[in-house]
Amino acid sequence: MVKITRPVEWRAASRDRPGTRLSARRRSTRLVAGVCVAVAALALTACSSSSSSPAASGSTSPGGASASAKPSGTLVVFAAASLNAAFDKIGAQFEKANPGVTVKFNYAGSSSLVTSIKQGAPADVFASANTQNMTAVTDESLASGTPQVFARNQAEIMVEKGNPKNIKSVKDLANPAIKVVLCAPAVPCGSLAKQVFEKAGVTVKPVSEETSVSGVVTKVSLGEADAGLVYVTDVKAGGDKIEGVPIPADQNVIADYPIVQLKDAPNAAAAAAFISYVLSPPAQEVLASYGFLPPGS
Amino acid sequence: MDDRPRQPFNPLLACLAALAALFFFFPLLGLVTGAPWGRMVSVITSKSSLDALQISLIASLSSTALALLFGFPLAWMLARGQFRGKGLLRGLTTLPMVLPPVVGGIALLLAYGRRGIVGEPLHKATGLSLPFTLAGVIVAESFVAMPFFVITAESGLRSMNRRLEDAARSLGASRWTVFRRVTLPLIWPALVAGIVLTWARALGEFGATITFAGNLPGVTQTMPLAIYISQSSNKMDEAIALSLILVLVSLVVMIFRRERSGSD
Repeated sequence: MVKITRPVEWRAASRDRPGTRLSARRRSTRLVAGVCVAVAALALTACSSSSSSPAASGSTSPGGASASAKPSGTLVVFAAASLNAAFDKIGAQFEKANPGVTVKFNYAGSSSLVTSIKQGAPADVFASANTQNMTAVTDESLASGTPQVFARNQAEIMVEKGNPKNIKSVKDLANPAIKVVLCAPAVPCGSLAKQVFEKAGVTVKPVSEETSVSGVVTKVSLGEADAGLVYVTDVKAGGDKIEGVPIPADQNVIADYPIVQLKDAPNAAAAAAFISYVLSPPAQEVLASYGFLPPGS
Repeated sequence: MDDRPRQPFNPLLACLAALAALFFFFPLLGLVTGAPWGRMVSVITSKSSLDALQISLIASLSSTALALLFGFPLAWMLARGQFRGKGLLRGLTTLPMVLPPVVGGIALLLAYGRRGIVGEPLHKATGLSLPFTLAGVIVAESFVAMPFFVITAESGLRSMNRRLEDAARSLGASRWTVFRRVTLPLIWPALVAGIVLTWARALGEFGATITFAGNLPGVTQTMPLAIYISQSSNKMDEAIALSLILVLVSLVVMIFRRERSGSD
């Protein structure tokens, strides 16, 4: 039998090294350790000073964060994934109205955004798809000022184009033969679904709990699931492979979308300007065109 | 083979190596210090955690077994076979290593989903459908992880000294005996490395799994999915605790492998 074994001499050779060499080695190790620490420390201070300088210069310019200060610089907006299309458009309009401001959006499930904000992500504005996630931010005093509701959304059943399973109401989703995909309970669209089912008095067993609304849309539009419960706006933006089955008002749940400026906002002036823009008629028109309901109706 | 004189000590190398080690060490330290040690036991022994761990182990071990069963013949053909389009076949095999896993999951849906190229006829004929099942998790993990086995096994087969096989043959050994007594022992380290890599990749798989198999606790929710869900549900404690279990399981296997294969 051929077997590869390491030569015995190898281990032996590595063991009987002269003691003098060892101590020399130890000395040089200590030297290298010193050099390493110095290099690492240098690198770290270089990093921290370079990252702190723009922040410092950023906070000096809007020093008197009065309404008259002209917003400038980069604005970072953390927004719920369901706002993606509408906020892209609003952002472009806002940039046009405020030359010198660049808006950067980070879209994700509201609960993921809350996690990032808690971990100190450098965001200026947070727009949530429900009140719970906004409360998670305000409870930890991470917000500056009171959140304002700028839009509302409601639930709708999403089915494949042509509605092959002939789904007509929320009650139909309780049928075990129908494959239903929902958002996970912690995601806003998941808690919305839970409230809708409670209101309708049905128990729905999903085949999957997705981490965001887009996972639901993917699975319904690829025909993998028969139905999903999403926002009206998702059905509107979902493309030509899906269609919606409206839920009557007495069974539906309306979700408030609050927006707030964050306490540690690096660009407070632009944040305030953006929030008032979102509440202004031009932005409200955009939101309405994507299927959002106005805040106060 | 290793009785060359000791390499002289190189301070620059050692310094860079030390920084690399620290780079890996601090995130681990972060997990350990950030872990909710007081609630560790209750988090780990909760039903949802145990379910996720069980599904993770079943799925990752099954997909590793599938990788061995189907991947080894593929590696053999790539290393020894003589046919046209071998480069293309190799590219195809490594595709899942390049694709973002979420895209891999969508590709799987388009192929093996209920409306997929293969999945639709299968569904019509048998009523079977892979998505949202444990089998779907295994398919997703195999898709992403098997290339690691194929590549490693192929390079093992390529780099071995084939004259030893010829010698055994010339001494009258049968093909099977040559394979068992010569080839297998020679490529064994590569196979073990491939198995461990494949298993580790399958265990950590997230994107393809959630896209193809969905996420349902107790059915398709693996550890990485459970971790992501807790993380995005403002349950950072749980996410860290679950991550630590995953890290621990992988560390044990990695260390065990180094010890067993004697390469340390």
